[in-house]
Amino acid sequence: MRRVVITGIGVICGIGNNRGEFLTGLREGCCGIGPITTIDIGDIRFRNGAEVKSFLPEDHFEPKESDMIDRFAQFAVIAAREAVAQSGVEWTPELRETSAIITGSCIGGQGTEDTGFHDVYKLGRTRVHPMTIPKTMANAGASAISLEFGITGPAYTISTACSSSAHAIAQAFRTVRAGEADVAITGGSEAPFSYGMLKAWEAMRVISPTVCRPFSKDRNGMILGEGAAMMVIESLDHALARGAAPLAEIAGFGMSSDAHHVTQPSAEGAAKAIWAALKDAAIAPEQIQYVNAHGTGTAVNDVTETHALKLAFGDFARKLAISSTKAMHGHTLGAAGAIELAATVLALSAGFLPATINFNERDPDCDLDYITEGARDAETEYAISNSFAFGGLNAVLAVRKI
Amino acid sequence: MNTDITERSLTERILAIIAETQRKEPSQVTIDSTFEELGIDSMDGVNIIFAVENEFDINVPDEEVKNIRSVREMVDGVRKLVEMKTAGGAQSAAS
Repeated sequence: MRRVVITGIGVICGIGNNRGEFLTGLREGCCGIGPITTIDIGDIRFRNGAEVKSFLPEDHFEPKESDMIDRFAQFAVIAAREAVAQSGVEWTPELRETSAIITGSCIGGQGTEDTGFHDVYKLGRTRVHPMTIPKTMANAGASAISLEFGITGPAYTISTACSSSAHAIAQAFRTVRAGEADVAITGGSEAPFSYGMLKAWEAMRVISPTVCRPFSKDRNGMILGEGAAMMVIESLDHALARGAAPLAEIAGFGMSSDAHHVTQPSAEGAAKAIWAALKDAAIAPEQIQYVNAHGTGTAVNDVTETHALKLAFGDFARKLAISSTKAMHGHTLGAAGAIELAATVLALSAGFLPATINFNERDPDCDLDYITEGARDAETEYAISNSFAFGGLNAVLAVRKI
Repeated sequence: MNTDITERSLTERILAIIAETQRKEPSQVTIDSTFEELGIDSMDGVNIIFAVENEFDINVPDEEVKNIRSVREMVDGVRKLVEMKTAGGAQSAAS
């Protein structure tokens, strides 16, 4: 099996509209959470989200082009452009024909769908926009990336709720590792701020009325975020042959299904995915130094994840440096796995570990090292990024700094 | 106006909602049942509150939901909200 490396990363999210801003935000512990401004949230009980700031589609697309794709797919293309530019990959006819595109999205273009349904149900209009179907489809991001670069190889989208893009990156990793493609563009994108979608989250009673405080005793829920992260991944040999500088190696991947409850997480299921990732990477638990936690800031997730880390790592769990960057960029659902792997890789490359910001008070049930004092300078070789989805689907990616 | 809501009818309506949403026989749900005894987890609790909010036309704040772990706590909480609604009307905007 071939070794697989990341050679380009692109990010757009609540703490940065590009990779550089994102890295600065991570280091400085910037909080991208604020009042939701892109839609009228009316009577919704929570007010805050982590929106992409000052976003104008016309800064990135011809108007005719942006009319054809929902905000979530626009984010996907913007992040893919940045990742491709950093990788320096040149799209030869052969590479266009063989490269893969595998993206993750939980809800696709539901903002577009919400607008169309509002038009017919509420406003009594007799027709919706003719592009509603192709703008809503969850694979719109993958398709837009394919069109952007003229890539004609395997392309598809995985939708496993909050694990979507972790599963997508894993599939791209396996595709390249197995030699089925030399290069893949992979990641995830999401744009969940529409009134109907926010109403649905309100009904679940898991959204914080204030901010996301992962692992803090006074945590009171998650904060939704939007954005995308895309990566160019390729075989190590392919990268070296064209003189590219790998940012990190994808060392392994593990997944599992809880078979426990549709919304309550299971420590056993999460631990099983962590074990599987370590086994796939052929590394010992003691080699992991940093964990980018799923860390949603809900009462149940953070306790269960802490328990899962103890199950997976035993006593060594106390030596792990753990943080949840969701306190900065929010929970970006189907983009979360990709944005958080990007955070992990960029921070490792820059020699620091991002903090868990907004932390106030130690919880006796969350008693590990969550990097609450601010970003920590550290030379770190191995790290994992956890994603645990509603429906009990767990995905864990292991990376190694190069 | 819901001035005809007696304590008894309010309790009975809540017991019926819990039985219905949990697919239980009405006789299995009593005012003294805890959610644990009834096998009601946090997501079930959210589903019950949703039905109760519709039944009584009230809004139960998220913070209160977390503290309700028995039928009696739910009845007490709902009674309070219904009384506030009957008394003042616009209680939610003020708090």
